[in-house]
Amino acid sequence: MKPLWKEAGLTQKEYDLLLQHLGREPNPTETALYGVMWSEHCGYKNTRPLFKNFPTTGPRILQGPGENAGIVDIDDDQVITFKVESHNHPSAIAPFQGAATGVGGIIRDILAMGAKPIGVLNSLHFATPKGKGHTKWLISEVIRGIGDYGNCIGIPTIGGEVRFAETYRGNPLVNAMCVGLMNKSEIQTASAEGPGNSLMIVGNLTGRDGIGGASFASKELDETNQEDRGAVQVGDPFMEKLLIDACLEVFAKDFVVGVQDMGAAGIISSTSETASKAGNGVEIDVSLVPTREAGMSPAEIMISESQERMLLIVKQGREDEVNAIFHKWDLHAVVIGNVTNDGFLRVKEGDVTVAEIPAASLTDAPIICRVGKVPDYLSKTQSFDESSVSLPDDMNATLQKLVSSPNIASRRWVYRQYDHMVQTNTVVRPGGNTGVLRIKGTQKAVTFSTDANGRYCYLNPKEGSKIVIAEAARNHIASGALPIAVTDGLNFGNPEKPEIFYQLEQSILGISEACRVLDTPIISGNASLYNETPDQGAIYPTPVIGMAGLIKNVEHITTKPFKRAGDVVFQVGDFSNEIGASEYLEVIHGKISGDVPKIELALEKRTQDFVLNAIQKSIINSATDIGDGGLAIALTECLYETKFGASIEIPESSYRLDALLFGEAQSRFLLSVAPDNMKTFQSYAEQSNIPISKLGIVNSSGNLRVRYQGESVIEQDVTTLESMNEATFPEMMR
Amino acid sequence: MVAYFGINAMKFGVLNFPGSNCAEDCFHVLDKVVNQPTRYFWHQETNTTDLDAIVVPGGFSYGDYLRPGAIARFAPAMDALKEFVEKGKLVIGICNGFQILTEAGLLPGSLIKNKSVKFLCQDQTIRVENAKTPFTQKFHKHELLMTPIAHNEGNYYIDDEGLAELEAHHQIIFRYASQDGTVDDSTNPNGSVSNIAGICNKSFNVLGMMPHPERNAESLLGNAQGIKVFESMILSFTNSGN
Repeated sequence: MKPLWKEAGLTQKEYDLLLQHLGREPNPTETALYGVMWSEHCGYKNTRPLFKNFPTTGPRILQGPGENAGIVDIDDDQVITFKVESHNHPSAIAPFQGAATGVGGIIRDILAMGAKPIGVLNSLHFATPKGKGHTKWLISEVIRGIGDYGNCIGIPTIGGEVRFAETYRGNPLVNAMCVGLMNKSEIQTASAEGPGNSLMIVGNLTGRDGIGGASFASKELDETNQEDRGAVQVGDPFMEKLLIDACLEVFAKDFVVGVQDMGAAGIISSTSETASKAGNGVEIDVSLVPTREAGMSPAEIMISESQERMLLIVKQGREDEVNAIFHKWDLHAVVIGNVTNDGFLRVKEGDVTVAEIPAASLTDAPIICRVGKVPDYLSKTQSFDESSVSLPDDMNATLQKLVSSPNIASRRWVYRQYDHMVQTNTVVRPGGNTGVLRIKGTQKAVTFSTDANGRYCYLNPKEGSKIVIAEAARNHIASGALPIAVTDGLNFGNPEKPEIFYQLEQSILGISEACRVLDTPIISGNASLYNETPDQGAIYPTPVIGMAGLIKNVEHITTKPFKRAGDVVFQVGDFSNEIGASEYLEVIHGKISGDVPKIELALEKRTQDFVLNAIQKSIINSATDIGDGGLAIALTECLYETKFGASIEIPESSYRLDALLFGEAQSRFLLSVAPDNMKTFQSYAEQSNIPISKLGIVNSSGNLRVRYQGESVIEQDVTTLESMNEATFPEMMR
Repeated sequence: MVAYFGINAMKFGVLNFPGSNCAEDCFHVLDKVVNQPTRYFWHQETNTTDLDAIVVPGGFSYGDYLRPGAIARFAPAMDALKEFVEKGKLVIGICNGFQILTEAGLLPGSLIKNKSVKFLCQDQTIRVENAKTPFTQKFHKHELLMTPIAHNEGNYYIDDEGLAELEAHHQIIFRYASQDGTVDDSTNPNGSVSNIAGICNKSFNVLGMMPHPERNAESLLGNAQGIKVFESMILSFTNSGN
């Protein structure tokens, strides 16, 4: 028989260390507690050494990684807090509940900071559905789960992405991000201060759902996982709505000294984390925990991941007042223990002590230092010869195929299932460059986005990851916002494999470098490793980047669609001859190969500063970045939902026509400028030493016309393109 | 009447059930956009004497358990609301509020699952069918407004007899339409009988509507056409000599 510590997921080395911490053999309860707390999901033992590379400080950053979420100053004594988190494995086997509780969990992280949640976003990665099979069910259940939860609690789903690649067939990615707003004075910390203060559990009852969820998330998916369905939690958004309202009411009083949400590993992680942060101990009596079912063992109570619960550390003597507020919302708030000064996490069942562990040892999972190895596939993909790809005969047909391809098609079918307007702050809705929220009572707005590009990061983990950051920042710039901070969701395969570790390490180095140059520190994040299946192996390395931006004056909010016939269309940045790793290469030529486009971060930063300044000078009528599908796709997106057309002439060059139209050369924007402002814009570009090209004119023809070297290369009716772009999702999901 | 709001200020109550997640949005519009004295009216309260109008906001009262509005109608505040209506005062139910008012019998018909069986959140053109009510007098007949909808159960159902009665008494206030004002199946987002988006009771002091006028009450959020619903209510209060 396997020893208990092995069952709990510990290695021999880890077990030896555990013995040192305790100075004795652990009992079964203690072994179980170490098992979950030292899992990758809770302990970040593979990733912590790499996180040291991240830039995490800056003049606006009030809290970096280490709390439930980071905090960014947005002036006027206001702050925002946000974080992205994965719920991949639960969503793979129980997509509705998995996605719903992913949303619920990240909202509680934001609530635990003391903030009112003002928006949620997501990043979803699937394989394209084949017929009526499993994948289609999975996609529609994940989307329904996200919608059901967010809609019911009244937090708008203001943005997100759905991307498709075969690599996610057995292991979809479901990442959720939440954003909160508060005054500086309202910030809470996850710290169990003040021996004698009470630990109160508030919200839902504790049941057997989600037992071992954290350990389940820390291994590869295989056919036995269907048996792990008990490790998936069950969500109740109404309960969460009450929890939010009650917590915010309690936080407004001076009763609470510390807050922690109960996510992965429930009571054990929330109590040990708050205790070790304060350098204190805690004593918990499990018989006081209100449970949903009888006969739960102490270990089950301690590691249950039942949803909609929070831990409050309440000032001694204030417990009744806290309970009264929760009672008003039909919730309970129960004292389950208290803060001590001996540094131990002591679990009792009535008078019997069932576990006694140094609290700090639980939250300090032993680090594993690994060494990466360059994956074999890279030498093949990097030597891909772009000249072997022949030019399509018909660029019109190519464009049509691209606008209706799953990664470029309109996501309206998805986001109309999400309430994206509740709270009445959403100025720019899903489908735009970013989700833009005004802040009531001020002139400010904040912008949020999630971005990932698994294919780029697969074909070049470091440079691809840089591009994901740069592309995210461009979306904010195009919205008129200064990008201010980042949260990262690192979705990778099994880090015990050197090739996967290489991807992880390189990706983190790329993210770090880009965030440093673009001045967007990382304030929070999450790592989801072991995203592998026996059939397909590891997923693409997929860092999901959640980014926030700040607009000081709502007058500067800028959107994608062209605004007026007669406006002049400019490209900011240079064309290139690159088609490697592009959407075009995959969709049109069926090739996932080549290197990612070249990115030069210093130029990227200068270009972004230039565009933002131009927007703030009020000389830009519309803006978008040029990304997936290149210039041609960016043009179509500026024409959708308008009655306009555009007449475009691509400047003479030595580059391939497909690279000019569909290539994804970096550091580019597509802007429209009123004729009266054209001179100002051009001279400002010259002063700033930023390359721009005048491409053409917005007109009222309703047609997109693109000419190159005196010949028409694209001539398309916008309505036709738009209906193709809109039709893909409804047809795919029918 | 509250002096600093000016003469004839109308005091609004925003009925707040657990889960009424649009209560704050309505409060904001009443308080900050149309500048009327406003307070929350908690679901366990019964005293309405200080109020001139009550908004039953959208959301998921009691989590929409059982079915939307089914539990809310038993709240103590609902008896007070019924008396309030009997006194002829104005009540507007928006989205979940509309569902609650039909469940409580203050409005005829019921709201069932959208024909698509999916939650639907989008801008939607609606057409004013009756501009002579306390809720619509600032509109003109057949005026079109683009007002967001966001619901899972917005499919208004009433039998033929009930529909004939609604029509005979001009109780249909809003219909779903296209941007050029056409009302037909292609402009019906959720399968509602006769494209009905909003109705009044026979005394025209209770309006229920699925679209959210509080979401298009400020031009920054798209358009400010919805504000006229609240302005109409205030005008009718002013005209009634208060």
